[in-house]
Amino acid sequence: MDVILFLIFAVIAVVCGINVVVQSHPISSAISLVGVMGSLAVLYLLLGAEFLAAAQVIVYAGAVMVLFIFVIMLLNAGGEIRHGRSIMAQVLGIPLLFAFLGLMAFFVQRLFPSTALVHFGAFQHGGAQDVGRALFTRFLLPFEVISVLILIAILGAVVLARKELE
Amino acid sequence: MPGVPISWYLILSAVLFALGVSGFLLRRNIITVFMSIELMLNAVNLAFITFSYQFKQVDGQIFSFFVMVVAAAEAAVGLAIILTVFKNRRTLNIDDVSTLKN
Repeated sequence: MDVILFLIFAVIAVVCGINVVVQSHPISSAISLVGVMGSLAVLYLLLGAEFLAAAQVIVYAGAVMVLFIFVIMLLNAGGEIRHGRSIMAQVLGIPLLFAFLGLMAFFVQRLFPSTALVHFGAFQHGGAQDVGRALFTRFLLPFEVISVLILIAILGAVVLARKELE
Repeated sequence: MPGVPISWYLILSAVLFALGVSGFLLRRNIITVFMSIELMLNAVNLAFITFSYQFKQVDGQIFSFFVMVVAAAEAAVGLAIILTVFKNRRTLNIDDVSTLKN
């Protein structure tokens, strides 16, 4: 059951990821990205990270992607015009990408023997209680610092996007 | 009951990261380039959560949570920058935004 669920959602994630790269219209890419994020949320659940699966759906698939689609529609972005593609990039880039992935897969297989298996439910400490306890005790300082970062980001976004006063 | 090898999750993460890198390098639309960055951040999150499972510690999930927060902040600021660029230049093609090149 674990293997079937993993394979289904891994295939969805990879297909949607390829779709993000090859689609020419930004809206199609954005919808595919939602598919990647949704299937990654299921994989987080399989790994026992319940809180982060919920956060992934709410923050990424909800808030961030709505922001993206909002900007795409606001700017009325059309499909992209392709011109002046370098031949070097196509001849060298795609084989190099596959070589990199093959090498990566080889090393990961060597580092992690096939006896290390993921079973659903084997790791029970990914719920809101355990994550919250870690956040508010051991990681309290980073948590407070990142709240300041969010504040700065909001101010920066408002300053950048406002209309200039006459 | 057979489980999934840890390495499969890490290889999936590598595949998604490579797709993000290729999208970042190949695409010319500034919004799609930005979405490729989000794809890379998601791939890294998957690796962090896999290691959190591997070592049976919640630390990897906390780190992934922080990455998520930074990604949200980055999306807000980045899209504001895209809006400003579009307001000044009337284009979304990154080849046309090359003032620093000359």
